[in-house]
Amino acid sequence: MTEYALILISTVLVNNFVLVKFLGLCPFMGVSKRFETALGMGLATTFVMTLSSVCTWLVNTYVLTPLEIEYLRTIAFILVIAAVVQFTETVMHRESPVLYQVLGIFLPLITTNCAVLGVAILNTQEAHTLAESAVFGFGAAVGFSLVLILFAGIRERVAVADVPQPFQGSAVALITAGLMSLAFMGFAGLVTE
Amino acid sequence: MVLTAILAMTALAAVLGLLLGYSAIRFRVEGDPVADQVDALLPQSQCGQCGFAGCRPYAEAVAQGTATLNKCVPGGETTARALADLLGREPEPLEAGVQAPTVALIDDQACIGCTLCLQACPVDAILGAPKQLHGVIAAECTGCGLCVAPCPVACIRMVPVGTDIAHWRWPAPNQRLAA
Repeated sequence: MTEYALILISTVLVNNFVLVKFLGLCPFMGVSKRFETALGMGLATTFVMTLSSVCTWLVNTYVLTPLEIEYLRTIAFILVIAAVVQFTETVMHRESPVLYQVLGIFLPLITTNCAVLGVAILNTQEAHTLAESAVFGFGAAVGFSLVLILFAGIRERVAVADVPQPFQGSAVALITAGLMSLAFMGFAGLVTE
Repeated sequence: MVLTAILAMTALAAVLGLLLGYSAIRFRVEGDPVADQVDALLPQSQCGQCGFAGCRPYAEAVAQGTATLNKCVPGGETTARALADLLGREPEPLEAGVQAPTVALIDDQACIGCTLCLQACPVDAILGAPKQLHGVIAAECTGCGLCVAPCPVACIRMVPVGTDIAHWRWPAPNQRLAA
């Protein structure tokens, strides 16, 4: 049990996917202009990442490894992730139209989110078990959502601040992200493994 | 070895494809049936005078109950009443300023034949060719007024439809009593 808690804390704070591993930067910059959209994107990513880390673990363990075709891992994982996202979208459209409206545009975007693929590949590299993979995926997604939502909150305030002309827009956003990344380095000593 | 890889990937893709195909049929979503019915009653001139981006968005807003039934100018009172019948709501009088049906009228002395109003007309009710006098087909004109703004010489006016046999209506009872 301690092990799962450690994985969770480690992925959410210490090895945060966005600010420490620099994965999933496109949605981090692209969908963080408004708080509500960031929340929606965070929810959708959490769902897809957890589900796809389980699915990719199953594919890796029961298809790729027995057939000794691990070198096709990336292609196979992208295939699985795309299918999971599409399936989620179809089911959600039917079962929960409200959530579908909130997430609508963001769901297909997740297909090409490198953080999702990164979770799947790191799971195989670190030889996680099924449960560990699920916790790892969930933790990574929670970390992603946390940072995305924090960043959106900051950007909403930066948008009304008096920023010098050359720094307006993406420039000040990138500087902010850099400062956040520095702040997250403070968690580095939290879990020592 | 290579064959195994190709077969495995094909099988994986086929399984996922079947899953998605099945889910697309199993979880099919029909569009909002109410909005479809409302949309069918609207004139589809996409003039935007209701304040929405076209007939479909207005139909969706009406179906959700967020818009009143009396915003459709080209459809006029007939459409408002048909909508009220469909949705079982009280018919409301058309919003102020849109009650009298109008048609566009082109001043043939001033028209320069620029064809700008032709492009603006959502129902193709204006006939004309470059550098030729344009004319309005009054029977097709919905009175939406979209052609007035583009005219560079301001030669288009909206005129009330005169009472002829096609447009005459028996006066409402209270008006007759008052008169």
